[in-house]
Amino acid sequence: MMQLPCPWCGVRDETEFVCGGTTHLARPGLEASDAEWGHYLFFRDNPRGVHLERWRHSFGCGAWFNLARHTVTHEVLAVYGMTEAPPRPGAA
Amino acid sequence: MKYSALALLRGALSSHRNWPPAWRSPEPKAAYDVVIVGGGGHGLATAYYLARNHGIRNVAVIERGWLGGGNTGRNTTVVRSNYLYPESARLYDFSLRLYEGLSRELNFNIMLSQRSHLMLAHSRHDLESLSRWVNTMAMHGIDAELVSREQVGVLVPPLDLSPDARFPVLGAMRQRRGGTARHDAVAWGYARAADALGVDIIQNCEVTGFVTGEGGRVTAVDTTRGRIRAGRIGIAAAGHSSVLARLAGFRLPVTSYALQAMVTEPLKPTLDVVVIAPGTGAYVSQSDKGEMVIGASLDLFPSYAQRGSFGVLQNVVAATLAMFPSFSRLRLLRHWAGIVDVVHDSSPIIGPTPVPGLYINCGWGTGGFKAIPVGGWTLAHVLATGRSHELAEAFQLERFITGRFIDEAAAAGIAH
Repeated sequence: MMQLPCPWCGVRDETEFVCGGTTHLARPGLEASDAEWGHYLFFRDNPRGVHLERWRHSFGCGAWFNLARHTVTHEVLAVYGMTEAPPRPGAA
Repeated sequence: MKYSALALLRGALSSHRNWPPAWRSPEPKAAYDVVIVGGGGHGLATAYYLARNHGIRNVAVIERGWLGGGNTGRNTTVVRSNYLYPESARLYDFSLRLYEGLSRELNFNIMLSQRSHLMLAHSRHDLESLSRWVNTMAMHGIDAELVSREQVGVLVPPLDLSPDARFPVLGAMRQRRGGTARHDAVAWGYARAADALGVDIIQNCEVTGFVTGEGGRVTAVDTTRGRIRAGRIGIAAAGHSSVLARLAGFRLPVTSYALQAMVTEPLKPTLDVVVIAPGTGAYVSQSDKGEMVIGASLDLFPSYAQRGSFGVLQNVVAATLAMFPSFSRLRLLRHWAGIVDVVHDSSPIIGPTPVPGLYINCGWGTGGFKAIPVGGWTLAHVLATGRSHELAEAFQLERFITGRFIDEAAAAGIAH
């Protein structure tokens, strides 16, 4: 089973976590066009490679955190806080 | 050659040593009218209908691996058309009708078995929503009926119907025309029929880039076997659609997830319908070889790994045993995952992309196998004419901007 590193609780089984999808999505302003809003809501890089994503330790401490995880090997390359910048800019 | 009882007899007389290959393996030409990227069911069906319906035979299907080695070979072979909204009902029922004539049309036995598809109800609320669903389908002219708990017991003897079951069964929705078809045969049948009409099928040929010309129009694909020029290009790559879109310079509203399935060791005939229990996330049928084919829900994190996580495997096995306690001593023989292209409304995208000359068929998510004939039919139509087929008009990329969704999350049948 895949194991993920919670920044507070350490390494735990994947079944304790819920994936919240792509992280670092910037919400556009109120003047955004329908196209910008649609892209913000739905369009994703969906990379075959390193993906920057947010997870919640739902069945543990409940905290949200960010991961850089490879979508083929499932290897976790970095774990960092919700407000922190990605460890390798442009990795996704 | 035409397959027939006589051909089989002739083959038997020569100890089956003289069967010709079902399709050629040509070297890619420098240019084609249309190049299809993706040699699964949808891509091969697209090539076949381009040749058959539109007379466009200068076509190549290029495939990174082998034919039908992606999701076409990794599904649970279920076909059905029990969708809720009129646009989807028309689309999927057209597909099922094509399936009904496909063995004869392709001269290849796809082993279609319309054995009934049953969706179980576990609560009064389930029964009410299934009843609405059945009535809606009747209005679309598609066969569907509600069956009582007792009738479910007659149709599915091994199902646990006791009132204290973990998920008590109160009834079900039945589509008699639903069932299964042999997945490999669908890919091979389309491949053979397309090849006979002049389509080149090129395996072990990975796309590494798209070449654009005047006005940003796509003019060629770069592949591991050289550059291939094309008048128009169609992508039918399911879970890998975003990878190709990225090469062409645009993004899709798609997230790729692993969807697992598995088979047990073979049994004598035990289950002659397809059963899905939305409450437990498991769906079960018995293959012609006797294996119990079990499908799971999605691994809900992005993945291209083509293998499933153990947590979901445990859940689906537990759910299956809650439904069928007598299966508890069966061993699992094989277990696999396909990478599915999930969009927010669980409906497909069939049409143009932001790159002129480049068209796409994706977004079928967890239910692409049943849609192979219509996916091919409608992608071929837009490639040949430049206009969307009327069945595909509602299923365009623009709906993620306009908000005109066709939300089939329930009919998709798999927890998202």
